[in-house]
Amino acid sequence: MSLISTLARLEAVSTGRAQPAATVRHRHLSDRPLVFVPLTTAGEAGAPLGALVGTDRDAPRLLAVPQPRDRDLRFAFLAELADVVLPYVDGCAEAVEAAERTETDPETGKRIKVEVDLCADAPQLIVPSRAGIDLVRLLGRSTRFRRTAEQDPQAPYPAPPRVPLLGRWLTHFGERARVPGSSLLLAMTDVLGRHWATGQSTLEDQHLGALLAWIDPPEGETGAQAALRAELERDERGQLRCPPAGPATDPAFDNKLLAPAIERYDRARTALAAAEDGLQADDRLGALTAAEREIRDLVLSRTRPTWDAVWRGLDRLRELPEGAHVEERWTRDRWSFTGHRDRVLAGEPPQPRRDDAVTAANKLATREREQARLEAQEALDDPLVMAGRRLSGEAFAGEVTDVVMAYSESKRPSPRPLVTVRTDDRPHLGERTKVYRSLGGKPQSAEFVTAEEDGAYVVLRILDKMGRGKEPEPGSVPEKGDRVCFTLFEHEQRGGAKLPDPEETPWTHGGPPGEPALEAADPVTEEDVL
Amino acid sequence: MPPPRTRGTALRHRLAELRGPDVPAKALDARALAALAANPGCARRAILDGAGVNKAALASALGAPSAFGQSQFALTRGNAFEAKVKADGGAELLRLVHEKLDRSAEPPTGARVPDLTATGPQGRTARTALELREAGAHPGAWTLLDHPMLALDVAGSLAFLEPDAVVVHPDGSWTVVEIKSFPLLDGSADPAKVGAAARQAAVYVLALEELAARLRPAPRVRHRILLVCPRDFSNLPAASAVDIRKQRAVTARQLNRLTRIEEIAEKLPEGTCFSPELPADELTAAVESVPATYAPECLSTCELAFHCRTRSREEGAVTSLGRPARAELGGLSTVAEVLAAARGETGDPADPAVAALRRAAALRAEALEAAACR
Repeated sequence: MSLISTLARLEAVSTGRAQPAATVRHRHLSDRPLVFVPLTTAGEAGAPLGALVGTDRDAPRLLAVPQPRDRDLRFAFLAELADVVLPYVDGCAEAVEAAERTETDPETGKRIKVEVDLCADAPQLIVPSRAGIDLVRLLGRSTRFRRTAEQDPQAPYPAPPRVPLLGRWLTHFGERARVPGSSLLLAMTDVLGRHWATGQSTLEDQHLGALLAWIDPPEGETGAQAALRAELERDERGQLRCPPAGPATDPAFDNKLLAPAIERYDRARTALAAAEDGLQADDRLGALTAAEREIRDLVLSRTRPTWDAVWRGLDRLRELPEGAHVEERWTRDRWSFTGHRDRVLAGEPPQPRRDDAVTAANKLATREREQARLEAQEALDDPLVMAGRRLSGEAFAGEVTDVVMAYSESKRPSPRPLVTVRTDDRPHLGERTKVYRSLGGKPQSAEFVTAEEDGAYVVLRILDKMGRGKEPEPGSVPEKGDRVCFTLFEHEQRGGAKLPDPEETPWTHGGPPGEPALEAADPVTEEDVL
Repeated sequence: MPPPRTRGTALRHRLAELRGPDVPAKALDARALAALAANPGCARRAILDGAGVNKAALASALGAPSAFGQSQFALTRGNAFEAKVKADGGAELLRLVHEKLDRSAEPPTGARVPDLTATGPQGRTARTALELREAGAHPGAWTLLDHPMLALDVAGSLAFLEPDAVVVHPDGSWTVVEIKSFPLLDGSADPAKVGAAARQAAVYVLALEELAARLRPAPRVRHRILLVCPRDFSNLPAASAVDIRKQRAVTARQLNRLTRIEEIAEKLPEGTCFSPELPADELTAAVESVPATYAPECLSTCELAFHCRTRSREEGAVTSLGRPARAELGGLSTVAEVLAAARGETGDPADPAVAALRRAAALRAEALEAAACR
């Protein structure tokens, strides 16, 4: 946490309202995101209890598992989820635009441009909290290796047809969420926490209700009071008025409401199975339906407040103008989405349990590169983020006080003007340190020459982006009186050293992975929870 | 004239008074152990845990009930899994210990599983110690102690601990077994949960080492414990050896550093009592007479955290925003102080913390203004 954000939190404490931590929106928000509010059963590894899911804030689809330990009911839940998620994903996969990509020609080994399809939009999944992202990943892991009856007639517990495909998409969303700055799968608490500083700690910010209470306190109440109510207030039945955003439920809810309801459901089901004639069966079917509806109502009562909170959060985020580089990062998400769509269409097997060495190294390199890119782009898009970088000595801003023309000492002298900047910042400049400023969206580099008057005046030599002629192109050199901001970090990230193709993996890293084989499904036992 | 009481019994007597008449002492559970490691400098937590006060009941009586609780689904599932692991005289559990920790030993067949039932924690501790000594008399045999009871001296008072199991190897060494119900998925588990299990096991190892030091010859307590979890999405056990040397060293150091409970008890006003039966204002006064060091991390480890948080916020303590916030503000510890210093109303500009704060405030104001103009 930088001192600037600590200060924002302290201001939030004293004003009773969250303070801005960003002046623009740093994440892409789709016009039609798919919001997913899941609940799980305590103690089981990701066994779903229910969910609200959909793209229409007024008409979410309620999914519930009346007995979470029943495999058929769990499969029914996943099949229903697939019926919502997959059409949404397919809807984005259809419209494409032409794009160019550089590829290595397999015959000549040269880098050539090829024309490919790029999906015009990509799906966006929004969950309430970080634990929701983990659940998406877990659901993906638990379903992508499942076999349907069509794939394997001998499978002991065949999965409904589209469930393995759902697993592959959820896995892709979960993996992409690990790339800094990506927006395919977002946790609402993370995004809100990025844009507002509340008067509580980051640990407490994980509670969506409390976080929103600070950002948007009800009339006549401070953020602290509203947050406290969101965290702790219980109704006459001992239930939290603002249920946890999940996927874990409140133990008091499990013990007092859910467990008796599930027990009633189990009893109704046993009674139905033991019915002796049609009339009796009809009666008991009615009782079973009533018991099931009760559980559905319980699930709805715990997920609906969170569902509304997520949409309120989206409203607040939409009020912020989008950062200049957000579109570019979203294009990367679209590439990632298109790539996975093509892999699915090409009939490739699901993502393996463990990546091979080259894929894993590539993923790590991507995450590092994207982290650096995100940090640089956020600073360029947002003066408040840049202020943090200036405070830490990684950037400086000021007014140009003098420009002296100078030339390089080569056969064809090129312009190397010396620019003096007056600044209050204290950047960490060493001899010939490279600095960059944004010139029409492109980085222009300069090097540090000397500092005068105890660092108040910084002399820089501009190095590039001035055209080919002897005289610099108009507008390419700052003029006296201009406000400029230089950074010590690079604006664009270079790719690291190229890794070998997977077939060329050296023996030190396990050797070539061989043909991608379809991994076996998890062995199933009677007591399995998924 | 009664015989002069020893220091030990005097302290025990004093702690019983603090707990209140007829209130039984509460054993140190996993959460108290975690709080111990998370916040060793908190005198309030130290005395309450040391005296065996039920902090959950205390928090409710103070009007700031803790949000902890366990779902019966999790409980049922956890118990079912533990029973499955320990079924058939612990055959599967011992097979895992043999496979993961001691492959050179004879495979376990027909291990000894002594009965450890006894009355009261003291009785069960003595029984456990006896059986551990007894196991030493059977070299070459495997012994499984199911839910033994161990005692550990925590800042001057005895805390009773109950590990899931302790295994005595044929060479006489001891291993702690932790059975947890979070899954081991494709060979890896949630690092936060594994870390918590390792810290918990480290306390058991320390308690066993104290016990081992009293035996001749002293048996070795292994520093690799066995963590047993459900495999993937099934109910089948999968185990992994976890090296807890680091957690053991950290916990041992923090136990030594703990403010002596005696010293805290001496500073308390006469007649202080933490019984949940007392009226709320008296209880609040009693709790406030012991200083606390609240940090947001307490929320996940201590039942009293909501009470302490309210106090910390009322005082405007910067730490309620997190320890890192406190660390970068130098000598300024309250919200009002920091904001006044940032606005240039108070504070010495030569103080680097104050200078940095003013610079940060100026930069922030400039940036917000620039954004508002757009």
